[in-house]
Amino acid sequence: MNKVPKGTWVEIEWVVLKPEERAKALPEDTKKVPYVMRVSGFLTEDAEIGQTVSIRTIIGRIHSGKLTTVNPSYSHSFGKVVPELLTIGTEAEK
Amino acid sequence: MTQKDMSYSAVMARKNEIMKSSMGIDYEDFIESPIAFDYEKMMAETGYTMEDIYRIQHETKVGNTPLYELRNLTEMVRKTCAPGKGARILVKDEAANASGSFKARRAAVSAYTALRLGYKGVVAATSGNYGAGVASQAAQRGLKCIVVQEVYDSRGVGQPEIIEKGRACEAYGAEVIKLTVGPELFYMQLRTLEETGFFNASLYTPFAIRGVESLGAEIGDQVRSRYGKAPDAVVITHAGGGNLTGTARGLIYAGCESTRIVACSVDLSGLHMASDHDFNRKSFTTGHTGFGVPFAVWPDRVDVPRNAARSLRYMDEYQLVTQGEVFYITELLTKVEGLERGPAGNISLTAAVTLARQMDKDQIVVVQETEYTGAGKHHNSQLSFARENGIEVRRGDPRESIPGKSIIIPEHLDQVLGRVQDIDRLRREYLANAAKQLPVAQWTENDINFLAADVKKDPAWVRANLPA
Repeated sequence: MNKVPKGTWVEIEWVVLKPEERAKALPEDTKKVPYVMRVSGFLTEDAEIGQTVSIRTIIGRIHSGKLTTVNPSYSHSFGKVVPELLTIGTEAEK
Repeated sequence: MTQKDMSYSAVMARKNEIMKSSMGIDYEDFIESPIAFDYEKMMAETGYTMEDIYRIQHETKVGNTPLYELRNLTEMVRKTCAPGKGARILVKDEAANASGSFKARRAAVSAYTALRLGYKGVVAATSGNYGAGVASQAAQRGLKCIVVQEVYDSRGVGQPEIIEKGRACEAYGAEVIKLTVGPELFYMQLRTLEETGFFNASLYTPFAIRGVESLGAEIGDQVRSRYGKAPDAVVITHAGGGNLTGTARGLIYAGCESTRIVACSVDLSGLHMASDHDFNRKSFTTGHTGFGVPFAVWPDRVDVPRNAARSLRYMDEYQLVTQGEVFYITELLTKVEGLERGPAGNISLTAAVTLARQMDKDQIVVVQETEYTGAGKHHNSQLSFARENGIEVRRGDPRESIPGKSIIIPEHLDQVLGRVQDIDRLRREYLANAAKQLPVAQWTENDINFLAADVKKDPAWVRANLPA
């Protein structure tokens, strides 16, 4: 396994509540799954993916959880073109 | 030192003490009974005048946003209505606030208050634009910021709009706690407040709602100075109720008591808001009936003991629109008015088209917000994501659409019709919820008067509509 060096920007994950620990009165589908949290920060010690680690967040708080992602980034976009929108408000529809 | 019990029930049981130490407000000062409380006293005890609110907001790049007349859209609407009809449509470009939405107004007053009271940071639980608002305001006031956000379903898939909102929070330097679907968001908020001792920048404190009052007051002043009269109607996207409450209060402050206050939400009936499966089957993450209806019929379902956002207290009418109608209007705004804005901010614009058609030509209807747009928040992102998740997207009659199954984008402007929600039914539901707090037989004169004011009716109406 590749070592992730201390100080790397990472994302961790941990189960906050197991299904049986969750709030009452949840819909059936939600009741079956755990309540999971993710948060990003700088790794406090060298570690490997999948290990339980500590991170220091951007505001300096410490969280621990399972190391899942190195350099978590955003890939959301404008999506694939939706042709149904293109002609709205144009000559083609007047 | 003994370790605190962090189980769900234990943290929820500590709710009152956590709330009290995280807000600088003792709600006991206002509460009169399990139902009634002194609403105006609570709002006044923020200690801020409207001038204070303007000053606080101007310090941090909030407020004084442009009010535009949508001439081309108004002309288009006039072609689809009876002669003499077709009110002028104006829009308040709230995307011009720091962080890109009206939510900055709420956040500005909360962050200022947190700093004034000596807190080191702020915590907000929200998956909406409010997170970016709080993060941006906290950054300017030198406060730390944590945003607790519902982001993913159990597969780890998140709505592009929510992903973008989380990104914006991180961009402004906030720590973002990203959670899977569930009402336990409140539990995480309480845990975070307890751990940090930070200020609870709840959306529902008097500070947050007073912050929106400047929006209503600006609209009143701008319309009056330009058109020589008060707006005839103001349309307000309704979810938790703060936008409507604050705007309506601000209009009253500006002397526009007769302006009709119209709520509007996207109709998502049939989708369960706490369902892991339904989570990614909706194309609006706010401004929909999944929040709008429950918050109208019981405002106190929130993260503070008494909610300062009380929509039925100010609402005259409630319009519903479909997702497809809002996407159509969002595209039309871009193409004919040259304003590319986010769809959630255009919910009220969609209802304004319907209203303008019914109103006289010399009348004025104001859409009181826009929001920023971009990757994730764009209507094309929403529709593309919906299609990938098996939702049918097509042009046609929007009345045939089924939330969670299909989005039908109108073929023409005359198919943008919306529909009216029966507000008296909501008022009666509200009374039924009040009866769960205190049996009707124990309601005092004071309780009845409070309930009457809280649903914008007189005590006789409450007596005639007592829950069974």
